[in-house]
Amino acid sequence: MNYFLSEEQKMIQELAEQIAREKVRPVRAQLDEAEEFPTELMEILAQSDLFGVYIPEEYGGLGGGILENCLAVEQLARACIGVATSFAASGLGAYPILLYGSEEQKAAYLPDIAAGRRLAAFAVTESGAGSDVTAIKTTAVKDGDHYILNGTKQWITNGGEADIYSVLAVTDKTKGPRGASFFIVEKGDPGFSFGKKEKKLGIRASATRELVFQDCRIPKERLIAKEGMGFIIAMKTFDKSRPGIGALGVGLAQGALDIAVEYARKRIQFGKPIISFQAVQHKLADMATKTEAARALIYCAARHMDTNPPDASKVAAMCKVFASDVAMEVTTEAVQILGGYGYMRDYPVEKMFRDAKILQIYEGTNEIQRNIIGQELNKEYGRIKETFF
Amino acid sequence: MKIVVCIKQVPDAKNVRIDPNTHTLVRQGVESIINPFDLFAVEAALRLKDRHGAHVTAVTMGPPQAEEALRDVLGRGVDDAVLLSDRAFAGADTWATATALAAAIRKIGDVSLIFCGKQAIDGDTAQVGPELATILDIPYATFVKELDLDGPDHLKVVRRTDEGTEIWRLPMPALITVLREVGDPRVPSLKHKMRAKKASIPVWGIRDVGLEEDRVGLSGSYTQVVRVFSPPRRSDRVMLQGSVEEQVEQLYRYLKEAKVPGL
Repeated sequence: MNYFLSEEQKMIQELAEQIAREKVRPVRAQLDEAEEFPTELMEILAQSDLFGVYIPEEYGGLGGGILENCLAVEQLARACIGVATSFAASGLGAYPILLYGSEEQKAAYLPDIAAGRRLAAFAVTESGAGSDVTAIKTTAVKDGDHYILNGTKQWITNGGEADIYSVLAVTDKTKGPRGASFFIVEKGDPGFSFGKKEKKLGIRASATRELVFQDCRIPKERLIAKEGMGFIIAMKTFDKSRPGIGALGVGLAQGALDIAVEYARKRIQFGKPIISFQAVQHKLADMATKTEAARALIYCAARHMDTNPPDASKVAAMCKVFASDVAMEVTTEAVQILGGYGYMRDYPVEKMFRDAKILQIYEGTNEIQRNIIGQELNKEYGRIKETFF
Repeated sequence: MKIVVCIKQVPDAKNVRIDPNTHTLVRQGVESIINPFDLFAVEAALRLKDRHGAHVTAVTMGPPQAEEALRDVLGRGVDDAVLLSDRAFAGADTWATATALAAAIRKIGDVSLIFCGKQAIDGDTAQVGPELATILDIPYATFVKELDLDGPDHLKVVRRTDEGTEIWRLPMPALITVLREVGDPRVPSLKHKMRAKKASIPVWGIRDVGLEEDRVGLSGSYTQVVRVFSPPRRSDRVMLQGSVEEQVEQLYRYLKEAKVPGL
């Protein structure tokens, strides 16, 4: 379908597709099997300028927005969402700085992130604080010109691989949701270390680790915006990043559909290619329709989000929940169409099926996304005075 | 330092057929790609540029659509490009091609290094590089797998030959043809791709490079393709099996039965 992309947007799409096809696809099974972080691929992506598509030109980026980022992420996801997640997580880590950082912070960190010289990561989750973000226990206490961080962040994507971490910590326990703040912590800061690398069901090329802060002392200039802004920054970051999760879902679904259709055309049973059977055709038809619907939503929403609309949270949640559910459904059906072959590690849909599950969990579970959409609808209709009966 | 990389657009080998009547390659409808070995030449030049700084120019001879190949390598970081295109160049053999490329390189002027792929996957001759160096009267090394500058005026290369590895030191200007070991071709970058899209690529005809019709194209060619055919498969092959000792034993018996002198 024609989505009326600009020349520049098409170029981003084309380049990301080329990297996915030439560099990612040939190694995805090996990275998955070895649970190996794709350092070399990150270097290739750095060289390609794709890390900077959404970062303003004054900080070395290309000056695009969410749509540009989604286009790159989608194409990478078509080959491997483990790799695409590692790529996208750097953007997630960058957004707090991009949205709320001081001029000095932006100048210090964004050019390196845009060039892919340093990866970023976003650290909110803790063992007792998943969907309930307000339950975080990590603290940051001011000590003269420094803050001292204590606590442990869990399941942090790019943990240990990234150099720049946007970390949420409690600065004032008495203030509840207004008592948390974001800090920039760098790899190598005193008192900052990493836990073990987690073993996961899917996206095994991506690195997931604990971040451990033991009297981690950082200069006070690393505070993003003001004390107490933490949750607002987290929510605004998610508004920007969730369409990207949707793009991961669209890319993954497309990757599974590509394989399912090709297989169904070649696989002969009862003397015919299985695509000639309606049972298979209908599955493929639903997979293709849902994938295209998810893509249309993501592209349209990404354009909309670039205008900073008031309904950003609702639309971002819709992108995330819809496209991730589509990815789960499409990859499940792809395994079914490939049958026994689909279940084997020799064929890529087995990995895609395992990979898809995380999309319904990370960056806010799909249940939380539906809560957000529901609450926003309640607010929206509460403001409308007329009746529709 | 100026580096010229010679590249060639070739039919994508995955889709090539041979016309059963004419025994020539069917090129219609076959997608063109950059000769894969030439992408290694581009990569070698860009790596040398990364290390020491250089101005890299890509040159190709071909029909107007060969410009695509030049834009591709501009997207990978090549600085500028020249397309040699003229009806008079058509039908060139390797010598006539090298003649045209040599004229273009002379026109570019002050070139320190020329990089070519080890061979093209369509003709597979591996001749254009050495012929080009011969016409330009500069030293050359083929099948280079490693290279670096050695002082201000020399290039040190490691060649892979049938006999083993050779290390040569060439005074510049010089030409090399490279193997894949020089490094995987980089992917384009967005910034270079954007520049490549807008770049104006000069098209040089025979007059622009100071050549006459009789020295280029079909009329400047010493060779002509009479026929292309698949060689008949030899059926007298024997595969030896078993341990090395057993294989030696079998080979000895075979040679003896074949009455090879000396056994």
